[in-house]
Amino acid sequence: MALDIRIPIGAMFAIIGLLLFVYGVFTAAGPRVYEKSLSINVNLWWGAAMLVFGLVMFYFGRHGNSSVRLAEESAEGRAMEAHEHSARLKQD
Amino acid sequence: MVFVGLFMMRFYYGSRARSVPEYLRLRFDEKTRGLNAISFAAMTIFSSGVSMYAMGKLFNLLLGWDFDTSMIIAATIVLAYIFLGGLTSAIYNEVLQFFLIVCGFVPLVFLGLRDVGGWDGLVAKLTTVSTAGGYPETAYTQSWAFMGDPSQNPIGVEVFGLMLGLGFVLSFGYWCTDFLVVQRAMAAKSLADAQRTPIIAAFPKMLFPFLVILPGMLALVVGTGAVAVKPDGSATQTASSSTASADSTRDRKGEDETVTNAASTNTFGRGIIPLKIDAATGEPLVDARGRMVLDYDLATPMMLVHYFPAGLLGLGLTALLASFMSGMAGNVTAFNTVWTYDIYQSYIRKGASDAHYLWMGRIATVFGIALSIAAAYVAASFNNIMDLLQLVFAFVNAPLFATFALGMFWKRTTGHGAFTGLVAGTVAASIHHGLSLADGAVVGIKGGYLGIMNTYPSELAQTFWTAIAAWTTCFVVTIVVSLLTRPRPADELKGLVYSLTSKPKYTQQVWYKRPALLAVVVLTCTLALNFIFF
Repeated sequence: MALDIRIPIGAMFAIIGLLLFVYGVFTAAGPRVYEKSLSINVNLWWGAAMLVFGLVMFYFGRHGNSSVRLAEESAEGRAMEAHEHSARLKQD
Repeated sequence: MVFVGLFMMRFYYGSRARSVPEYLRLRFDEKTRGLNAISFAAMTIFSSGVSMYAMGKLFNLLLGWDFDTSMIIAATIVLAYIFLGGLTSAIYNEVLQFFLIVCGFVPLVFLGLRDVGGWDGLVAKLTTVSTAGGYPETAYTQSWAFMGDPSQNPIGVEVFGLMLGLGFVLSFGYWCTDFLVVQRAMAAKSLADAQRTPIIAAFPKMLFPFLVILPGMLALVVGTGAVAVKPDGSATQTASSSTASADSTRDRKGEDETVTNAASTNTFGRGIIPLKIDAATGEPLVDARGRMVLDYDLATPMMLVHYFPAGLLGLGLTALLASFMSGMAGNVTAFNTVWTYDIYQSYIRKGASDAHYLWMGRIATVFGIALSIAAAYVAASFNNIMDLLQLVFAFVNAPLFATFALGMFWKRTTGHGAFTGLVAGTVAASIHHGLSLADGAVVGIKGGYLGIMNTYPSELAQTFWTAIAAWTTCFVVTIVVSLLTRPRPADELKGLVYSLTSKPKYTQQVWYKRPALLAVVVLTCTLALNFIFF
């Protein structure tokens, strides 16, 4: 259980971004769709931005360093767990 | 957030408490913890009810389901969501939802501002809204300039009530004692991280008004309900009769026109914000003084529908649903934790098996959701859901902040003092709320049930003063009772009270990781923003 949070964020945004981008490409010809949004093809542009953001997040999630460590890897974490464990035992 | 990070976190984190009520047990005694656990449980129910109400309204608006069906469907979805996920999934979800909300709202603000001609265009258009409502020209775009007089600003609050009620009691109460907030930091891996959590969170928090307040301001000026633009003045009348202006002086005829207008076109009260419809009668709601009530809760959904084309609209609505669902799931989860651990296991049935408590937790989830439905119907009767939330905080968090402030920084505070203080604070809140009423409100859930001694210009003003009454009473009663009762020996309070806890040293840390330095930067930026939007 040490899933880097950037991986699900990256995956989700890349997928949604891609969906919006492709939809933006296909609807670009019919300008009436974008009358609401001041004639800007927001699906295309915002989809592209989200796709880039998602890919960057995903890349760093896979390759970057996460500073999060499991509790048992540090003295403080072990002390915390021991404390919680004994508190539980006393209560039960 | 800065205060909790710099001064209070070391007691929460250092005491190794697992919940806020548990800290109260360590610092004071069982009865204080029990009381806090019960009032906290009640508060989470209201908070999740508010989220559920918002979700129900969104289904109602988008899919056309009636409100009752929408509520039941919203409840079912959240129930499934909580049963399927655990704490880890909840935390992952919150992070995803944060980014989703930012992604959904940034294009909205961009399109809205572009439509009205940028910030300057927005200021210019809001000027007409302000003057139509009887306020000074820039009442909607300056935060402090018109706070001297409650009739001069649209929230109807004067500077003292705002600073003491909201700025001090309610915000400190929420950020420093709310389990949902503090719990996130309790899960940090070290004290330094726990301290940095709220301070770092304050940075994006400073920028959030641009995402959540700007759409609200834009909602007042875009859309079909043109405000005060017709030369014959008829639109001005529409606007003034539907605003919460203190000095609305229309005659009956003008009001009837407004009603027929709204009924025939079934559209907008002001800007893009629709009139609030009474769920029972299907007619637009009118307050005690005959003014039309606007449905401010629909401002953001209406903005999304107005600007977003198919595609992006899906993203925007998902973002909204996600935030309501996380709000509700977070509160219901907190409710079942506090109920099962701080109430049921501690007072009702000790020493049962883990399986039994797990079963109880699930029952509590179902009950929590059922109670939330009831709370959601209460939310429906409020001007907007923020007013209700602030009122609940005034009853629960406001006195609690006095208890915490004294408990953490004055070692003489006793358990009896804290308990009587808390009870007195909540009683004071009820008495104040029961004896006062906001202008135009109906006696009942909004106050006045003990007779009306004082009338406030707005529900927010009433709430702020309720909070001030609760805090002050709790503060004074706690001190008096503490001085009359026997204090606990100092060695029992190590790590729980400021003067008996060693200060952490961060000199070996990189400068940008030191909590105090981050705090100074945050506070400077906040001050600067206040001057810019003075």
